[in-house]
Amino acid sequence: MARLVVLGGGVSGHTAATFAAKWLGSAHEVVVVTPNSKWNWIPSNIWVGVGEMSKEEVTFDLAPVYAKAGINYKQAKALSINPEGSELLNKPFVTIEYTLAGREGMTENVEYDYLINATGPKLNFGATPGLGDANGLGEFTVSVCTADHAVHANEEFQKCIQKMKKGERQKFLIGTGHGLCTCQGAAFEYIFNIEHELNKAGVRDMADLKWISNESFLGDFGVGGLHMKSMGFAVSSKIFAESLFTERNVDWIIGAHVNKVEKGKVSYELLDGSMGEEEFDFSMLIPPFAGVGLKAYAKDGTDITATVFAPNGFMKVDANYSAGAYENWRASDWPKTYQNPTYGNMFACGIAFAPPHPISKPMSSPNGTPINPTPPRTGMPSGIIGKAVAHSICDRILQGENAPLHEASMAHMGAACVASAGKGIFDGTAAAMTIYPVVPDFEKYPGTGRDTDYTFGEIGLAGHWIKHILHHLFIWKAKLKAGWTLIPE
Amino acid sequence: MSKKAEHNIKAYGNNFTTMTPGPFAIKLRTCKIWQFIRFIVINIKMLVVVRKSH
Repeated sequence: MARLVVLGGGVSGHTAATFAAKWLGSAHEVVVVTPNSKWNWIPSNIWVGVGEMSKEEVTFDLAPVYAKAGINYKQAKALSINPEGSELLNKPFVTIEYTLAGREGMTENVEYDYLINATGPKLNFGATPGLGDANGLGEFTVSVCTADHAVHANEEFQKCIQKMKKGERQKFLIGTGHGLCTCQGAAFEYIFNIEHELNKAGVRDMADLKWISNESFLGDFGVGGLHMKSMGFAVSSKIFAESLFTERNVDWIIGAHVNKVEKGKVSYELLDGSMGEEEFDFSMLIPPFAGVGLKAYAKDGTDITATVFAPNGFMKVDANYSAGAYENWRASDWPKTYQNPTYGNMFACGIAFAPPHPISKPMSSPNGTPINPTPPRTGMPSGIIGKAVAHSICDRILQGENAPLHEASMAHMGAACVASAGKGIFDGTAAAMTIYPVVPDFEKYPGTGRDTDYTFGEIGLAGHWIKHILHHLFIWKAKLKAGWTLIPE
Repeated sequence: MSKKAEHNIKAYGNNFTTMTPGPFAIKLRTCKIWQFIRFIVINIKMLVVVRKSH
């Protein structure tokens, strides 16, 4: 009997674990180690953050789902990996620390034959003074990165609405809280939900909305922007985004590295080197992401963390990490199999794998401060990669160690994205987009880097309906209800 | 409502060089019949991209 251990129960880890359990059956064991007791459909946290959904509608308990799937579920966080075993244990193992009520702080060594690292990110609030610290979110801003954060964000948002109803003007500042953030899409969706709710509450004229982000142009979204086919033109997402911001009367600051957050005020540095300050009454700033801080040790106890992980804490995989300057970047730099180059039985998927470089062109201010989005690895690509990695490992367990690995390069994969404002069936709107491929391939698609036959975007009710359907569909799939394998990632 | 989006443009401000939707474009976004058609079209397009990605 082989044992597959999956670290993390988010989109990528959950997808990998559930498919592996299905394909391996009861002859082999799948173990999931995740510190959370609940699964969270993160895209819908946006609706929680404006009071349109409850926490219970975007989360569910993992234990009964894993029990149904025959998965050994350990509510714990991983501390370290011993890919060669230790002087006491011959097999590779992971050291975990329980977070389960009643067993908090207890540690255990979990042996494995294959390991998937799908831990997701550490929300690195501590990277920006005032945004938070090592313990998490600070007191001056809110976040929608977790369901609990989103509940708190809505509480603060509702206080602002009450103030506006009493005639007190409020300023909303939404965006990224550091020069190296990703997930601009989440902040983009949140600011337009805020705008929608303010309209609905009849207080839009009492609010000033401003976007602040590390993108060098509006509509970069961490993927270097995209060109969409529209009205016979290949239109840049910059035009698309600027048009939407103008229509909704939302001002913007771009190319900004937020370097300090205080009560009611952020300080920032721009790409031109100038410094600025922006006041706010309500602010949601996405933190930068980092690896969760896993350590790795050789059999003799030597620290080999730098061999297994990149300096940012994400696990090294089959990417080209020596591409160098932007001019040398190729689509082929991006990983295909997500196998660790040193230890062939370890894989990483979702946010946990170390990307070879950003997708957006790297930039820095004259002061040397890097200000550019880091690459998104969430949502659809995260699920597809998780499934491909699970497929590879199952093949190796069932067919032998030389079974070929499955590939899922972000340079050969598209993504669908829906940013929706409002929740009513007929009073919401959404920007629906597809992008193909996620990582531009300028050799295959000269100019835009993408196939404009499959890269499009439009605004309207239709996308909003799709967003509703996706919410229910993906929670249905994650709960492993009837037909879940038929629902694509 | 007719040219509401245009009124948000500030001369030589951030948004002076962008395009804004006119009344017809905005109407189409909430026209249920048109949006039902777009719903079918967008779904097909997304399914094609999903299929190409697996």
